[in-house]
Amino acid sequence: MSDLPDRAHVVVIGAGIVGNCIVGHLADKGWKEIVLVDKGPLPDPGGSTGHASNFIFPVDHGKEIAMLTLDSQRQYEAMGIQVSPGGIEVARTEERMEELRRRMASAKAWGVESELISNERIKELVPFVNTDILLGGFWTPSVSVVDSLQAGTIMRQKAIDASALTVSANTEVEDLEVEDGRIKAVVTDRGRIECEYVIVACGVWSPKIAAMAGATIPLTPAVHQMIDVGPIPALEETRAEIAFPIVRDMDTNMYERQNGGDMEVGSYAHRPILHMPEDIPSIEEAQLSPTQLPLSQEDFDPQMEDALELMPDLLDTPGAGVKHGIDGLLSLTPDGGPILGETIEVKGLWSAAAVWIKEGPGVGRMIAEWMTDGEPEIDPHGADIARFTPHQRTWKHIRARTSEGFNKTYGIVHPREQWESDRDQRHSTFHPRTKALGAVYFEAGTWERPQWYESNAPLVEEFGVADREHEWDRRWWSPIINAEHLAMRERAAMIDLTAFSIYEVKGAGACEYLQRMVVANVDRPIGRIMYTPVLTHKGGFRSDLTVVRLGWDHYRIITGGGDWGRDLKWFTDHLPSDGSAFLYDVTNAWCTAGVWGPRARDIVQSVTEHDLSNEAFPFGQAQQVEVNGIPTLMLRISYVGDLGWEIHAPMEHGLKLWDTLWEAGQPHGMIAAGGGVYGTTGRIEKGYRLMGAELESEYNPVEAGLAFPKVKAADFNGKENYLKARESEPIAKMCSLTVEDHTSKAGIKRFMNGGEPILTTDGQRIADAHGRPSFVTTAGSGPSVGKHILLAYLPTEHAEEGNELLVEYMNEHYPVVVRSNTRNGIFDPDDTRMKA
Amino acid sequence: MALNILVAVKRVPAPGAKIVLTEDAQRIDTKHLGFTVSPHEECAVEEAVQLTGQHGGESTVLTLGPEVAEEQLRTAISMGINHGVLVATDDEEWDAIATAAALTDAITTLEAERGAFDLILFGNESADAGNYQVGVRVAHALDRPVVSGIKDIEVTGDGVTMKRAVDDGFEVMQLPLPAVAAVKEGINLPRYPAMRGRLIAKKAQIRHITPEQRQGGLSRVRLRHPQQDQTETQILGTGAEAAPAVARIFEEVGLL
Ligand SMILES: Cc1cc2nc3c(=O)[nH]c(=O)nc-3n(C[C@H](O)[C@H](O)[C@H](O)COP(=O)(O)OP(=O)(O)OC[C@H]3O[C@@H](n4cnc5c(N)ncnc54)[C@H](O)[C@@H]3O)c2cc1C
Repeated sequence: MSDLPDRAHVVVIGAGIVGNCIVGHLADKGWKEIVLVDKGPLPDPGGSTGHASNFIFPVDHGKEIAMLTLDSQRQYEAMGIQVSPGGIEVARTEERMEELRRRMASAKAWGVESELISNERIKELVPFVNTDILLGGFWTPSVSVVDSLQAGTIMRQKAIDASALTVSANTEVEDLEVEDGRIKAVVTDRGRIECEYVIVACGVWSPKIAAMAGATIPLTPAVHQMIDVGPIPALEETRAEIAFPIVRDMDTNMYERQNGGDMEVGSYAHRPILHMPEDIPSIEEAQLSPTQLPLSQEDFDPQMEDALELMPDLLDTPGAGVKHGIDGLLSLTPDGGPILGETIEVKGLWSAAAVWIKEGPGVGRMIAEWMTDGEPEIDPHGADIARFTPHQRTWKHIRARTSEGFNKTYGIVHPREQWESDRDQRHSTFHPRTKALGAVYFEAGTWERPQWYESNAPLVEEFGVADREHEWDRRWWSPIINAEHLAMRERAAMIDLTAFSIYEVKGAGACEYLQRMVVANVDRPIGRIMYTPVLTHKGGFRSDLTVVRLGWDHYRIITGGGDWGRDLKWFTDHLPSDGSAFLYDVTNAWCTAGVWGPRARDIVQSVTEHDLSNEAFPFGQAQQVEVNGIPTLMLRISYVGDLGWEIHAPMEHGLKLWDTLWEAGQPHGMIAAGGGVYGTTGRIEKGYRLMGAELESEYNPVEAGLAFPKVKAADFNGKENYLKARESEPIAKMCSLTVEDHTSKAGIKRFMNGGEPILTTDGQRIADAHGRPSFVTTAGSGPSVGKHILLAYLPTEHAEEGNELLVEYMNEHYPVVVRSNTRNGIFDPDDTRMKA
Repeated sequence: MALNILVAVKRVPAPGAKIVLTEDAQRIDTKHLGFTVSPHEECAVEEAVQLTGQHGGESTVLTLGPEVAEEQLRTAISMGINHGVLVATDDEEWDAIATAAALTDAITTLEAERGAFDLILFGNESADAGNYQVGVRVAHALDRPVVSGIKDIEVTGDGVTMKRAVDDGFEVMQLPLPAVAAVKEGINLPRYPAMRGRLIAKKAQIRHITPEQRQGGLSRVRLRHPQQDQTETQILGTGAEAAPAVARIFEEVGLL
C-alpha cells in the first residue's frame, strides 16, 4: 500500500464493489493518477460489499438494469470468480404464477435462458423444498454467485499493474473542497489530495460525502435482514460453497441461498427500517461492521415461519440454529434506480451509488465510459443522478418512497403502477378544475397530471368502448381513456400539459449555441417550431424536444416532464463559456393547455380576435396570441395527430385560461382528456416516439425514422455519426405493429402493456446485427384504428410492412403485423387532420 | 430423577472494538449495539437444556433487568429452556447485593409455587460488571452449597458431581441437591437457537415478578476506559519476500 499522494487526476472514494470496478475500468480506458481511498482496511473495509449474499438473478423487467446485470455477469465470469448454481423464483399464488409468466417475456426479451417449471422439477433441483405450498417456479440456470471481494481485488490489481492506481486504505475522507463550482480537493485524515475529479462510491454513506461538497445523492441507508442457519449436514455434504440453486420465495419476499454448510435466509418482508448516513457507526464502534447492525429480532420472527414452511426439514435439522443474523445496510432510492453520473451541483464530482453487486462491474464500465467518452454504451437514462427534481431530493420524499418501495423488492409491480406516498406535491394551476372533473392523476416528473377523467364515464357508452377482460391488463387503465380519445377525434379535447419542462435560451450566441445542441436547423424565422432530436456524441438519442424561436436571440425549449433534470443539465453543461448565451428554467412560470380535435379552431377562435385560419396560422408556427386578455404563446403542433394548439400562458393566468377555453368548448362538445390519450392512444396511433421508450442512446434518428430530409450546414453534437448513419440502410427500424388476435388459450382477450419480446412466426427471439433485441417499447390502444398498437425496433429484414410476427405475452404468443416502418403512424399518415 | 433447574442470566451489550460511553460516563452507549448474555451464561443455559434432556424435568431462565431483557429470556427458550421469568427493574444498573437479594426473593416465590430447584446455575461472572458474586450471594441467602468455576456437572442418584479446572487438572466436588453452581465457558458448546425454537420462544409467556429494591453496597462514580498500551503494527513484507524478516523475529523471541 502506497502513501497518499498530494495530487491526483481522479480520486475514487470507497473500495466496495463499485469503487473497485470503477478504478479497474478507468485504468482500462487509459486514465492515470487514480487514487482509491477507503476508511476501512482491505479487502473488506466494512461496507455493504463485505457481507452481501453475492448472488445475481439476471432477469429484470427493465432493460437498463438487465443490461448492466448481464454485462456484470460476463465480467465476473471473465475474472473467474463466478459459479452458476442457477436459481428458482417460486410461486405460492396464482398472481405470482402470472408474474412468472411475465418474467418469461422479459427473459426472452433480454436473451436470458429461463423456463417455467413444475413442482416436480423444483423438487428435483432442490429436494428440500416443500412443494406442497407451491404452484410452480421460474428457473434460470444462469443465476450466479460471485466473489465480490475477490472481484474488487482483481479490479484494483489491474489498475495497479497499469501503473494507474494508488490505493490508500484506512484513510477517511473528512471534507471535499470546491472552487468556482468545481471539485478541487479531497481532504482525508492522512492528508489532502488535489484533483480534477472525485467519484463518490460510498454506498450508504454517499449522501454524507456528497454533502461535504454541497451536493446531493438522494438515497437512504436501509436494512435488509439476513440470518445464517446451520450447521446443516445435507449442505455440508456437498462440500461446495453452493451446490443447490438459490430459491427466491417471491410471495414472502425472501430468499434461501446455500453458503457452505449453512443456509442464508434473507428478507425484504419486514417493515422498512431506514437509517441516516451520519448515524452509521464507525468501524470501531460497530459490533460486527458498520453495515452489519444487530438483527432486530422481532422484525425477522414472522419470516422464520415462512422459511420453515418452505424448507421444513432442512432448516429444522437437529442441531442447526441461527448462527448469526444482521440488519444489513444497503442503499434505497426514491425510484429504486441507481444514482450515477456527475452531480448537478458540483462539476467533476461524480456519484456511483445505490448499485448492487449484480450491477457493480457493469456500472464500473458505465462510469468509466461516461467520464471518458461523455456517454456510456448502455443508455443511463433511468440511473442518471440528474433525473431527480429538487423535491425528489428532500428527505421526506426519499423516506416516503423508499419505505413504499422496500416491500416491492420482490413485488409484482405493474408497468403503469403509481406511487401512493408523498403525492400532491406539485399541482398544475388547472388542478382545481381537473379535480372537479374527477381526474385520476398519474405522476409525471413529480407533477400530478390527469390520466383520465371519471366525469367522462358516460362517453364509454356513447362510443361503445369495451373494457379489458383481464384485471392485469385493466390495472391502472380505464376504458374512459379510449372514449376520451374518440371524443377528441370526433369533437375536441382539452389537455392539461403543465407538467412540460420549459427552458428559455437568450443571448447573442443563442442561435449558434442551439445549432450545436440539436439536429434541426434552428436558424429559422421567428415563430418557427422545430421538433428535433438531440444527439449524444455517438449519434444516439440524448433527448427529443421542441424548440421555438421567440426572437432573434431568444428561444424556448419544451421537453417532457420526466426529462426536466437530465435535459437541464445537458443543455446547461454545454452553454458557451464566453457567456454569449444563457439558459434559464421557466417550467414553473408557464402552464400549458392543449386543445385538439376537428373543432379546435372553432373553439379557440371564439375567444380570440387573432386570426387562427390555416393561412394566417399554419402548422409548425408559434404566435403570441391574446386570449380573453391573457397573453399566450400558441404552438400549432400536435402529439395526438389532430388540429389544434398547445397554449402556454403565464401560470397565474391559468384558471382564467382554463375557464375561458372550457366555456368556449362546451357548445362544441369539447371534453377534458388526460395523459392516457396524450401519452399513449393519440401518440401511438400517430407513431410518435417517446424519449426513454422508443428513443434512447443506443438508437439513432435514422433507425428511429426521425432523420430529417436535409442536414444543416452547422456543426452539432453527434453530427459525424448522424451523417454516417444516413449513408446506409439502417440495420433496425422503429415500427408500428398491430395485434391481430387477442384471444388467449383460456379464451379471454389479452392486451400487452409494453416490454414484451417480438418473435418470428416460429417463436424465435429477434435481435438485430448489433445484438439489440426487438421488444415492445410502447403498447396501447388505437381506438380510431380499432387495433391494439405496439411500437418496436425490428431488424430491417423483419420491418417490411405487412410482415407477420408474434408477440409473447404471459408466456403465450399472439399474432402481430407490421403496419408502418416510418415515422408516419397508422392513423392519418398524411397528417391531413393536423394540417387542416 | 427428573430435574428442576433454574438458570440466571444478565442482559449485557455486545460491544465492538471500541466501547463508547455515554456523555455522563455512567453507562455504555448502546445506540449501535445488540445485546446478549455472557458466554458463561450461554453455557449455563446449554447445560440446563442438556441436563433436563438427560434426566427429564424442567428448566427455567431468570433474569433481573429491564423489560427488553425478555429478548435474552426468549433466546434461552429458543435453545430449549421451558420457562422464562423476568424480574423487571427500571433501566438502572443494580449492584451485586441488590441483584442477589431480588433474585433470592424471586426464587423463593417461584419455589413456593412449584417446589425447590434442584440446581441453580449462574455464569461465572457477568460480561459487563464482572463482580463474581451474585451466585454466591444467592446461594448463601438460600442456604445452599455453591461452587464456582465449574467445567463439568454430572447428576448422580443422590447428588451432583462438579469439576472445577485448576492449573494441572480438575478439582472434583460432590454436592447434595439442591445446589448452586457458577459455570464457566468451555463446560459445553452451546447450541445455536433453532428456528423452530424461535417460534416457540416468540409465543412463550414470560412471567413477570416485580422486585423490591434493597439497599445495595456500591454506587457508581463513573466509567472510564483503562489505560491502553499503544500497539503498533509493522508490515514485514508480503508473500515470500517477508520470510527472512519473519524468521528473524522468530529467532528474536526464541521460537527458532
Ligand atoms: C444482507 C445483504 C445481502 C446482500 N446481498 C446481495 C446479493 O446477493 N446480490 C447483490 O447484487 N447485492 C446484494 N446486496 C447489496 C450489496 O451489498 C450492495 O448493493 C453493494 O455491496 C454496494 O456496493 P458499494 O461499493 O456501492 O458500497 P460499499 O461496499 O458499502 O462500499 C462503500 C465504501 O465506502 C467507504 N467509505 C464510506 N465513507 C467513507 C469516507 N468518509 N472515507 C473513505 N471511505 C468511505 C466504506 O468504508 C465502504 O467500504 C446485499 C446487501 C445486504 C445488506
